[in-house]
Amino acid sequence: MLYFAPWKIVLVAVLCVLGVVFTLPNFVSEQTAEGLPDWLPHKQVNLGLDLQGGSHLLLEVEAEVVVQERLAALVDSVRPALRGKRIGYRNLGQQNDAVTVTIRKPEQLELALTEIRKLAVPVQGNAIAGITGGQDIVVEVVNDNQISITLTEEAIRERRRSAIEQSIEIVRRRIDELGTREPTIQRQGDERILVQVPGLQDPERLKNILGKTAKMVFRLVDVTTSPAEILGGARTPPGSELLESDERTADGGPADMYVVRKRIMVSGDTLVDSAATFQDNMPVVSFRFDSVGAKRFGDATAKNVGRPFAIVLDRRVISAPVIREPILGGTGIISGNFTVQEVQDLALLLRAGALPAPLKILEERTVGPALGADSIAAGKVACVIAFIAVMVFMVLSYGIFGLAADLALLINLFLIMGALSVLQATLTLPGIAGIVLTIGMAVDANVLVFERIREEIRTGKTPFAAMEAGYQRAVGTIFDANITTLIAAVILFAMGSGPIKGFSITLGIGIVTSVFTAVMVTRMMLVFWLRRTRPVALPI
Amino acid sequence: MFHIKLVPEKTNVPFVNWRKPAMAASAVLVVISLVMAFMPGLNFGIDFRGGILIEVQTEGPADLSDLRTKTGGLGLGEVSLQEFGAADTVLIRIEKQPGDATAQQKAVTKVRAALGESLDYRRTEFVGPKVSGELIEAGAIAIALAVVLMLIYIWFRFEWHFGVGAVVALIHDVALSVGMFAVTQMEFNLSTVAALLTIVGYSINDTVVVYDRVRENLRKYKTMDLADVLNLAINDTLSRTSMTSVTTLLALVALFIFGGAVIQGFVFAMIWGVIVGTYSSIFIAAPLLIVLGLGNRHRSDRGSGEGRDAAQTSS
Repeated sequence: MLYFAPWKIVLVAVLCVLGVVFTLPNFVSEQTAEGLPDWLPHKQVNLGLDLQGGSHLLLEVEAEVVVQERLAALVDSVRPALRGKRIGYRNLGQQNDAVTVTIRKPEQLELALTEIRKLAVPVQGNAIAGITGGQDIVVEVVNDNQISITLTEEAIRERRRSAIEQSIEIVRRRIDELGTREPTIQRQGDERILVQVPGLQDPERLKNILGKTAKMVFRLVDVTTSPAEILGGARTPPGSELLESDERTADGGPADMYVVRKRIMVSGDTLVDSAATFQDNMPVVSFRFDSVGAKRFGDATAKNVGRPFAIVLDRRVISAPVIREPILGGTGIISGNFTVQEVQDLALLLRAGALPAPLKILEERTVGPALGADSIAAGKVACVIAFIAVMVFMVLSYGIFGLAADLALLINLFLIMGALSVLQATLTLPGIAGIVLTIGMAVDANVLVFERIREEIRTGKTPFAAMEAGYQRAVGTIFDANITTLIAAVILFAMGSGPIKGFSITLGIGIVTSVFTAVMVTRMMLVFWLRRTRPVALPI
Repeated sequence: MFHIKLVPEKTNVPFVNWRKPAMAASAVLVVISLVMAFMPGLNFGIDFRGGILIEVQTEGPADLSDLRTKTGGLGLGEVSLQEFGAADTVLIRIEKQPGDATAQQKAVTKVRAALGESLDYRRTEFVGPKVSGELIEAGAIAIALAVVLMLIYIWFRFEWHFGVGAVVALIHDVALSVGMFAVTQMEFNLSTVAALLTIVGYSINDTVVVYDRVRENLRKYKTMDLADVLNLAINDTLSRTSMTSVTTLLALVALFIFGGAVIQGFVFAMIWGVIVGTYSSIFIAAPLLIVLGLGNRHRSDRGSGEGRDAAQTSS
């Protein structure tokens, strides 16, 4: 226990120096750390959102929507398919997870089945997700003349899977557009996305931007009736619907509703670019179609000059201008009484594209930058005071041995910070508590050894023999005691989320480094001291 | 050179002889804790109950009644306001809104609109009903899993009596800690679970140190009465037990006073846990070995098989 192989001494010394070196970037500002030469470590400890401020959002993709959309689309395509072959039918509609239709004449049943089966689209196989492919619908006769169309299990899974992947991609684009630094966007579980954006000034804006599906379509306004008539009890014309409006009148009051044709004139997914700009000193959004969209938009506007059309975003009318002349250039402008912020956000959403399904925010944790800074400051003060208190107490209790333990404690702190920097683990507020707790518990291993040495001295052993026996006997206890605590840290890491994870990392690292410093560093220091001074009695 | 000694060099306190009153007291406290945990119940934070929490800072001391009027009229159900750490900082808690996550989100927007943007929104948290249920589950599983793994480890390293004794002591510590939260009505949230797990870690650490010495003494003094062996082990390690508790408490108290309001609950739980954990290693974990019938049979088995030196080289 008192002899060290030279390589061990070197190894311990190197580890201690590395701990200090890897901690150093944390003492300078971020800019300075970035600018350090390549051969120097320049990674700083990653501060958690609770310390640097920022937003943590857990989103859920409502993937069921894409399945329902496919069923609705099937209803819409069965109609022309049957009509095209002059097949009489009734009761076409969606029931729960199936589309059903009843064929009037039994002799046309086979033909109807054939026609409907043509509507199937192949499922894209995905080896990783275990999706094999095949057709996406099952068409079968259920009662006499009733046909049922259901989606296959594979098709549902594939649709959900791709909806989630697309959603993650769109979320990433939208957040990138916000221009924040180092956002984290991760898939969690089957249908969830974890978004962590540090240092955001306006978290409400982030939620606004993620909360919109941003499906934009251009549709004609139905001028044969008016919202007032429909609200008064008149029948909504088939093929039209009443939509609320997000427009504001010039005085800021609520705007009207619109009766809008269901048929989509041009879809927003043909947009290639959009930007916030000004027209007549009013903030507006300019947009540009791709060639297909430009042609469709040109044709539609040419046919409907003089009529109003509605720009519909997520089933709400955001603007309903009158077409003054055919718009053939493929570009246009959305105006309304928007604020600058609103046009910026709208342009951003159009650029990033629409989400395949709406996102729901399941959990939010937003910390303002001021609170984060306060927490860091408080944590630092607490750390320093805890440190000094423990150090003074150790020296008072064990004299020179306590001093050795204190030095080891200092090295321990460097090792923890160094490890956190290298691993790029996230330091959270509970993590700081973990470090402070480690400071208290780190001396435990030393205390175990020192108390054991005292006991051995009492049995009349010489200083060398007492040290030897003290370390030998205490090491087993130290390992047993710390491995059990390490089990708790590992479980916390595996099971915990967010702040708890950060805590478990610092606790786990702290346990390992404190055992290392107590068993190796303190021992080495004491042995060197013992060899140099050769005291007659140990001052412990 | 003068050194502080928390306990005299050689103590001979018959701790184990007090096991009956100690265990009776503990049993009563555990029962009270468990009852209190249901009646009146724990003050669950939004992590487990769902709901909204907003921390705002006002310019100058906060006018609680004004804030209360502004938030109370929004029809959001129960809204509680509380000064948090400083006179200008207020914690607003809003109960879970009926409906799904979107309803919670709307409530946040409403509150912000009512209070205006002149306040500094230091923290906004909301947890939807779905997630809060999962968090409770994950927290409970984490604690149970940690306890079981530790039981297995100690069983493996010692004997089953030790494993069971340590786990009973652990459950005792966790129960009393939960009870403390029920009595004080301090908020019980996700960080509290982390604190409980740390208490679990600390308590087992303490217990293992005592058990280690028990095992060693069992081999050393084969003919000594078990109660005496236990007393000797506790007294041998008493100095270490008190030193470690005091250093850990020193660090924790510093954190409690200077660490800021956000982690005060977390640190409080740990302070209480260290005290309870220290008590239970001495008065519960060690004497439990007698109750569990760690008898001479095991000692002679061990003794003849491994001999005295095994204790020194066992790790």
